[in-house]
Amino acid sequence: MNSPLRLADAHPGPAFTVTLDGRAIEALPGQTVAAALWTAGVTSWRTTRGEGRPRGVFCGIGVCYDCLVTVNSRPNQRACLVPLHPGDTIRTQEGTGHDD
Amino acid sequence: MTDDRPHLAVIGAGPAGLAATVAAAAHGVHVTLIDSAARAGGQFYRQPAAELNAGRPQALHHQWRTWERLKDALAHHVEAGHVRLLTDHHVWLVERRLNQWLNQRAGDADRNAFTVHALLGPEQETPAEVRADAVLLATGGYEKVLPFPGWTVPGVLTAGGAQAMLKGTLAVSGRTAVVAGTGPLLLPVATGLAAAGVEVAALVESADPKAFVRRTRALAAQPGKVAEGAQYAAQLLRHRVRLLTRHTVVAAHGDERLEAVTVATLDTDGRVRPGTERRIACDTLAVGHGMLPHTDLAETLGCRLDGIDVQVDDEQRTDVPGVWAAGETTGIGGAALSLAEGHIAGRSAAARLNGTEPDPRTWAPAAKSRTKLREFFAALDTVYAPPARWTDLVTDDTVVCRCEEVTGGAVREAVDGLGAGDIRTVKLLTRAGMGWCQGRMCGPAVAGLAGCELTPSRRPFARPVPLGVLARAGEPESEAEPE
Ligand SMILES: Cc1cc2nc3c(=O)[nH]c(=O)nc-3n(C[C@H](O)[C@H](O)[C@H](O)COP(=O)(O)OP(=O)(O)OC[C@H]3O[C@@H](n4cnc5c(N)ncnc54)[C@H](O)[C@@H]3O)c2cc1C
Ligand code: FES
Repeated sequence: MNSPLRLADAHPGPAFTVTLDGRAIEALPGQTVAAALWTAGVTSWRTTRGEGRPRGVFCGIGVCYDCLVTVNSRPNQRACLVPLHPGDTIRTQEGTGHDD
Repeated sequence: MTDDRPHLAVIGAGPAGLAATVAAAAHGVHVTLIDSAARAGGQFYRQPAAELNAGRPQALHHQWRTWERLKDALAHHVEAGHVRLLTDHHVWLVERRLNQWLNQRAGDADRNAFTVHALLGPEQETPAEVRADAVLLATGGYEKVLPFPGWTVPGVLTAGGAQAMLKGTLAVSGRTAVVAGTGPLLLPVATGLAAAGVEVAALVESADPKAFVRRTRALAAQPGKVAEGAQYAAQLLRHRVRLLTRHTVVAAHGDERLEAVTVATLDTDGRVRPGTERRIACDTLAVGHGMLPHTDLAETLGCRLDGIDVQVDDEQRTDVPGVWAAGETTGIGGAALSLAEGHIAGRSAAARLNGTEPDPRTWAPAAKSRTKLREFFAALDTVYAPPARWTDLVTDDTVVCRCEEVTGGAVREAVDGLGAGDIRTVKLLTRAGMGWCQGRMCGPAVAGLAGCELTPSRRPFARPVPLGVLARAGEPESEAEPE
């Protein structure tokens, strides 16, 4: 079966490990948080402030703020924009991601 | 900058901004090209991250040669010191010092009349400023999506978003997708996903193919575009993508994750035909109903809008002296039109910044293609339209404002019960549009439900700004700093 990586003949450097709520997942250099989570089969990583509903990527370009996530203890980062680095810790977030 | 050439700040490095930058730099202007993305290219020429080391990035693109030409010209001007490329810069405000313009002579007095305020990096917390003699807005647009039950379920995303994730990060969200809505963007999205190994179960287009036939004159005037359409049709066939025209998605199903969508046939009035509903299993729904221009920066500069588009003259000048605009910010019309407008804007700005009257004959070919493409897209617009009765799909418990989770019922209550007749009043009564995205996602839906025109909502800034940055923004010492 074809894959986007194969289609574009991509040869990224070796995968590295980041964590999602403490669980190790693999990421490729150049991937955003959203891309790495999608590749790991995760498509929702936060719940809304009001109804606690799950959300992930919606606009994919930084406009909608649906994809908010906590990266290295910094809440409300847009997963579709933020690139990953080895050892980054991602946490799913509830509401505003603050303890209020 | 020790350079005494005039200085133009171009905001947005998509087709329009790139064409403008190259044209202005070639005519004696120093250009700072600013974009929020990590690489130049905009939406159409979005590139995979460099670290992904793609040997064949063109596999996901069309018109690759034009991109190569632009990219090489940009690199040439950067190397020669004519252009500074600032990526990862999110512009939140462009400030104009009025008195400098009032005193202007073509030469010195208008120097540094503009300050472009940006936030660095994806985190967008560190400020940066660029001074310029003139600015050119090429900020493109974003996708319009109208609500329906289940559109907030993870796995439902914008068609352009699916494309952006694919082109930029070589990632797809699932195995089986439905591409739906209306507009020409659905074609590259469906064929792109299919080429990348996703099973595209259907392309669901609400437009009626008969409408194209009625529009043959305007369409035939653009044989290149018709051929492009034919290529997509062939690719759909090759990937065995089922094309369902005059259909719409009426609901997306799933809880934590999309499991299926229900599609139905539309009648000639744009109503769902009862009894035609059927379910299609999928884990991704890429959906879009057209595009909207990004106009925030233009609005804060005081540029006049024409409906929701930035208004420009034949030279792509806005009505604010020193401010040009090009590409989809002046109206949606695709990459080729953006290139033509960018080219004209860049040449006009260069001439005027050099104190000469521009000669439109020098950009006659671009002006001709601009006219034709505007006509072509005006014709397309009448064909590609969301179902006339799309508001029927918005049930009372359908979320309309994704950020503040305001439902269709709440919006209707504000409209029918409390008499709200415009977006602003609905916002005040329900909080629709008050969240993170500032109404960018729900604006068209609220306008539709309130039965009013979509008017641009006045946003003080183009991006949310940390308070610390705001507190420092007006400090006199930061103004004195030479760029
Ligand atoms: C997500 C998405 C994907 C698309 N994919 C395709 C496709 O595959 N094929 C196709 O034919 N058409 C596609 N389109 C349509 C596309 O918008 C146009 O065809 C074309 O790219 C428009 O060119 P432009 O130069 O006007 O704007 P764009 O290409 O949109 O470029 C605008 C640039 O401005 C930057 N920008 C905007 N605001 C700011 C700011 N405040 N600060 C700094 N930078 C800013 C953006 O990062 C972007 O790079 C897509 C549209 C969207 C929204
Ligand atoms: S998906 Fe919209 S901001 Fe990230």
